[in-house]
Amino acid sequence: MRTCKEISKLVSESLDRELPFRERMAMRGHLMMCSLCRTYSHQMRQLRSVLKKASDAEAPTEKTLPEEARRRIKQALEKEE
Amino acid sequence: MGEPPTTGFDAEAAVDEHGDALYSYALSRLNNPASAEDVVQETLLAALRSGKTFSGRSSARTWLIGILKHKIVDLIRKEGRELPIDKVADQETPEEEFFDRKGRWRIKPVEWQVNPLKILEQKEFMGVLFQCMEHLPDRLHRLFVLRELEEQDSDLICKELGITPTNLWVMLHRARMRLRGCLTENWFGAKQ
Repeated sequence: MRTCKEISKLVSESLDRELPFRERMAMRGHLMMCSLCRTYSHQMRQLRSVLKKASDAEAPTEKTLPEEARRRIKQALEKEE
Repeated sequence: MGEPPTTGFDAEAAVDEHGDALYSYALSRLNNPASAEDVVQETLLAALRSGKTFSGRSSARTWLIGILKHKIVDLIRKEGRELPIDKVADQETPEEEFFDRKGRWRIKPVEWQVNPLKILEQKEFMGVLFQCMEHLPDRLHRLFVLRELEEQDSDLICKELGITPTNLWVMLHRARMRLRGCLTENWFGAKQ
């Protein structure tokens, strides 16, 4: 019987590769019985979809390009023109 | 000054029009103002050199963000090669925080009361999400951005950064554990 700690690792790993048969079965078996790991697994999948959506978002937080950088970039662009 | 510019892309106007958006985007991925400024500059230079022109503001923005994404991934890879990230032992382990010595949950996961996808449009939630990512240790942050935001293939990341798949999985797991904990604490916890 694997521990919740080990299963949490497998759950995450399953987002990055296809688990080998034995691991997959161990994970499924554990998740059927353990509601805590089920919750964790559900949250991992929610996190994945949220990040997928967030990655399309243009500017998650609005920051201002510092004035000095703005000037420097304009100078670099002028040189190029 | 005599001749009219041959390109339709007005680089200087682009700095004013898109600079903040590009910078915000870059900063959310790179976590470092100097690097973010650099990639914004490289992006606009590349745009200028391409000589392309766009009629609408939003299509120009989309095009620029597309270039920026490539520049960001390139930079993360370059930094990753210069600063090896395979020292897994160095990383703080959130596992110890969440599990007891027998591998049982110490901090029990509690189902989030709101589906995060449903509140993603809310600026505050998005802000917390990115802030939680910013709090990841540098190396975890870099890997995590490549994998989850830029959706790079695991094998490719391993190859580019010279790490083993096992290390990659361990580090991504740690990043996800931290992020889940941070969101629970700073958003979902407060709402429950």
